[in-house]
Amino acid sequence: MVECPECAAAMNVASDVEQGEICMCEDCGAELEVKTTEPLKLELAPEAQEDWGQ
Amino acid sequence: MNDPKTVKKIKIGVLCTRIRGDEKLLFEEIRQRDDCELIKINPEHYPYLLTGKVPEVFYEPDVIIDRCINHSVAQYISKILHEAGILIINSPKLINICGDKLLTSLYLETKGVPTAKVKVAYSEKSALKAIEEMGYPCVLKPAVGSWGRLISKVESKTSAEAILEHKAVLGTYHHSIFYIQEYIEKPQRDIRAFVIDGKCIAAIYRYSEHWITNTARGGKATGCEITDEMKQIAKAAQDAIGPGVIALDLFEVPKTKDVPVDINDPSSYKLIINEINHTMEFKNSITTSGVNIPGKMVDYLIKKAKEKIKN
Repeated sequence: MVECPECAAAMNVASDVEQGEICMCEDCGAELEVKTTEPLKLELAPEAQEDWGQ
Repeated sequence: MNDPKTVKKIKIGVLCTRIRGDEKLLFEEIRQRDDCELIKINPEHYPYLLTGKVPEVFYEPDVIIDRCINHSVAQYISKILHEAGILIINSPKLINICGDKLLTSLYLETKGVPTAKVKVAYSEKSALKAIEEMGYPCVLKPAVGSWGRLISKVESKTSAEAILEHKAVLGTYHHSIFYIQEYIEKPQRDIRAFVIDGKCIAAIYRYSEHWITNTARGGKATGCEITDEMKQIAKAAQDAIGPGVIALDLFEVPKTKDVPVDINDPSSYKLIINEINHTMEFKNSITTSGVNIPGKMVDYLIKKAKEKIKN
């Protein structure tokens, strides 16, 4: 379990989560980026930029 | 039989700034193969010289695939790595072309590959002239951009004037490059075709009642059979822009002018290319197409790595 940095909800994050992975808080819908896996630390993911995408 | 423990593993570098579902599937595919090793590289973590040696981490893989979410980073890092003699897929040339709709259209048109008609202008005044010449409706797109963002359907001179004025005040110089595309009346669907090394390996239909059919914008996907025409246009597109891993957005357009497309009658339509993607998203297309797309990507990376090692 880890705390959402946006709404402080307790989040379940997959055990195989990777550094740099984007996940979403089911409570507030915030997009979060995994900064470190040990210890597990999440931060708000950056907003999509103009040149992002496929 | 070679002992798997003694066979040299192919080291595959995955270059990415954010890890999405697509990248995780690619990681899984590499990790589950006995003959491969995954090396994740985030290009944001290093400073670079433009010539000479790049950071050591880039020399470790036999091949690197670019999965950067930011086109500008992909464009420059691929060029720096290529110049340093590192095998990067896609090539900087392909990334440069496909990341820019204007260049994509230019290459396709020049090589005679069927694609939507486009006009380009560099001022509001000449853009309005180009729109009037193109006729209504038509579509205004940023030359660099994705996920269907900031695309406008222009239905009249009044809306053209308003959209052009809005673009002029948006700020970045990209919005003063006016890319004007003919509007294609779609049969409420388009086709996403996945292409590796000139071969169409999978395809899906994207259905939407909205004129923008991107799945990022809510389009629904279903399976699509790969036809001979699809194979031909895939090969022609790949020949025009160079080898690599791409996804084509295809439109079905009437074969005969003013005779609408009947999706139940393939003789009523032909395919043209709308756009080409160089960092294709595929996670929602695997089940729909029934094709292990990351598996095909890894097969291609291994093939290219082996060619490089052999030479």
